[in-house]
Amino acid sequence: MTVNIGSVHMRTNSPDRIFRMFETMLLIREFEDAAHRALQEGLVHGSVHQSIGQEAVAVGVCSNLRRDDLIYSNHRGHGHAIAKGANLIAMMKELFGRVGGTNGGKGGSMHIADFSVGMLGANGILADGLTMGVGAAQAVALKGEDKVVGVFVGDGTTNRGPFYEGLNWAKVFNLPVLIICEDNAYASSTLTKVVTAGGGPASRARAFDIPAVTVDGNDLCAIEAVATELIKKVRSGEGPQFLHAKTYRVKGHVSRDVLAYRAKGETEIHWQQEPIGRCEKWLIGQDVTSEAIAQAHASAKAAIAEAVELAKAAPFPDAMLAYEDVQDVGAPQCRK
Amino acid sequence: MPEMTYADAVREGLAEEMRRDKLVWALGEDLSTAHGSTSAFQYHGLIDEFGPKRIVNTPISESTIMAAAVGAAVAGTRPVADLRMVDFGLCAMDELVNQAAKIRYMFGGQARVPLVVREAAGIRRGAAAQHSQSLESWFVHIPGLVVVMPATPADGKGLLKSSIRCDDPVVFLEHKDLWTTKGYVPEGDDYLIPLGKARIARSGKDITIVAWSRMALLATAAADELGKSGIEAEVIDLRTLWPWDLEAVLTSIRKTGRLFVPQETVQVGGFAAEIIAEVIDKLGEMLKYPPKRIGAPRMPVPYSPPLEDEYRVTEKDIVAAVKAMFTQNS
Repeated sequence: MTVNIGSVHMRTNSPDRIFRMFETMLLIREFEDAAHRALQEGLVHGSVHQSIGQEAVAVGVCSNLRRDDLIYSNHRGHGHAIAKGANLIAMMKELFGRVGGTNGGKGGSMHIADFSVGMLGANGILADGLTMGVGAAQAVALKGEDKVVGVFVGDGTTNRGPFYEGLNWAKVFNLPVLIICEDNAYASSTLTKVVTAGGGPASRARAFDIPAVTVDGNDLCAIEAVATELIKKVRSGEGPQFLHAKTYRVKGHVSRDVLAYRAKGETEIHWQQEPIGRCEKWLIGQDVTSEAIAQAHASAKAAIAEAVELAKAAPFPDAMLAYEDVQDVGAPQCRK
Repeated sequence: MPEMTYADAVREGLAEEMRRDKLVWALGEDLSTAHGSTSAFQYHGLIDEFGPKRIVNTPISESTIMAAAVGAAVAGTRPVADLRMVDFGLCAMDELVNQAAKIRYMFGGQARVPLVVREAAGIRRGAAAQHSQSLESWFVHIPGLVVVMPATPADGKGLLKSSIRCDDPVVFLEHKDLWTTKGYVPEGDDYLIPLGKARIARSGKDITIVAWSRMALLATAAADELGKSGIEAEVIDLRTLWPWDLEAVLTSIRKTGRLFVPQETVQVGGFAAEIIAEVIDKLGEMLKYPPKRIGAPRMPVPYSPPLEDEYRVTEKDIVAAVKAMFTQNS
């Protein structure tokens, strides 16, 4: 398959590679479905921001990053973490608030992070991933490393002021940053286009002379091909690149969101375009058997079911651990 | 031991740390164009020695100055972010409070955030409402942060060096009126003032005055004045507000039995209240007189000199308030 989008020339996707990425998309889907079920059962706390329907963006980008490359995520970060290679069981334990969680039970779903694979955290504050990401990129440059910093932002974030500070900063210091705008059409429960002037995320990036490519974010082959090229440019010192991936958040802002604000039939139309089904069709067209695809589904289900069982079985942390990791100097003392 | 200004002493401290550790760097507005400028003169000459990769001149983007420092700290360097004034630092409170202070904790100890953020604080004549604030109580309220407010050139240097070597995010607040004050400053890499250790600025047996930053100088002058009336005040310069040296304060009050806390900033919700509450909790039974404080009225800092003077806590105010603690019945 070849695609030409703007100035980016694509290579042909390899079915084997796409199949492995497809398996990762399935893991993300199963993980987030399981997280919502566990939330309903009272096993997961707070809220869960699902990225269902957006899996191709996380996988298409992260599959092209090295393990030691860094990514900054946002509040919708499970997919980014899984695609970057975070441990599924530790992630599930974190959502359950148990010992062995990625964050030791201090963060939960919205702060999921695995620094051992360069996943520097899901984050509850929009645009801060970009402004911190440019600093991480400065550290990379200062240390003479060739790491790439990937920053996942949403379309809603493009209306925060620090987003522009970050774009300007990335360009003016020519930093190794790939900004991925995962455009799922919604800013919380508001349609982003209703509250946004101008020509959209890519045109905003171009205002800073940052090269920007818009791609169908539900087409894994397309996004993978674009990400390959853009990451190559970033790593070779061409400065920041902007990937605008158009996708759609088929679920709510949080998993319990009943979508009362959405037009009738809108979700159903977009379900037809979700990336897993489209990828299956493509794989079958490449002579991948339906048995292999069914097997991939079953494996993902089994892996997540195992993670859930292990999370359920894990103990809660000792309450005294609440006092740990605040700070070295002037750390809090137990009040009892 | 050379005599130098506060601004020079702090600059020397930064330069020494940058020479010692290649991963220490500074970022902020005007840092490399500071020659003769009134704003970032504390960086004068550093660009020549360390170059533009380590003395990074940034756009006027406070959010990103702060957040970039956080990202760079997490990624293994030790940035010193300069936000010029605490008033501008307000534009970066999210990045300081939601990110710098919380990353280590909410990610379960996977990272440290070893950065220093320098924000000049305090009233400088005629600077008015948006260039005069002292917001140390805001920072002290945030778990994860260390808050430092040096009063002397030697402390400015020794505390900055300790702050840079600290693995926690440190808010380093320099009073603008202190930059030109002079003092003897020890030389050498090893001159470090420990964070959380107070300094006895003046010894005395009758009352303990606890202060910080420029107010420590005013309190010391007030104590000398009180000495003429036979009241020997002990002045404790806290140096760091978080952690603060409760032990040093309690030791002094065990001797004096009295406590007075002057602060430059608005009295309501100020750090003086925290000190007094802790002291009452620990030593309430043995106090000879109820602890007192003084601070600014709860209003913005006005511009016109007589209005600004009305806002300021002065040496005279301290003298009068302390005397009242000896002449009135408790």
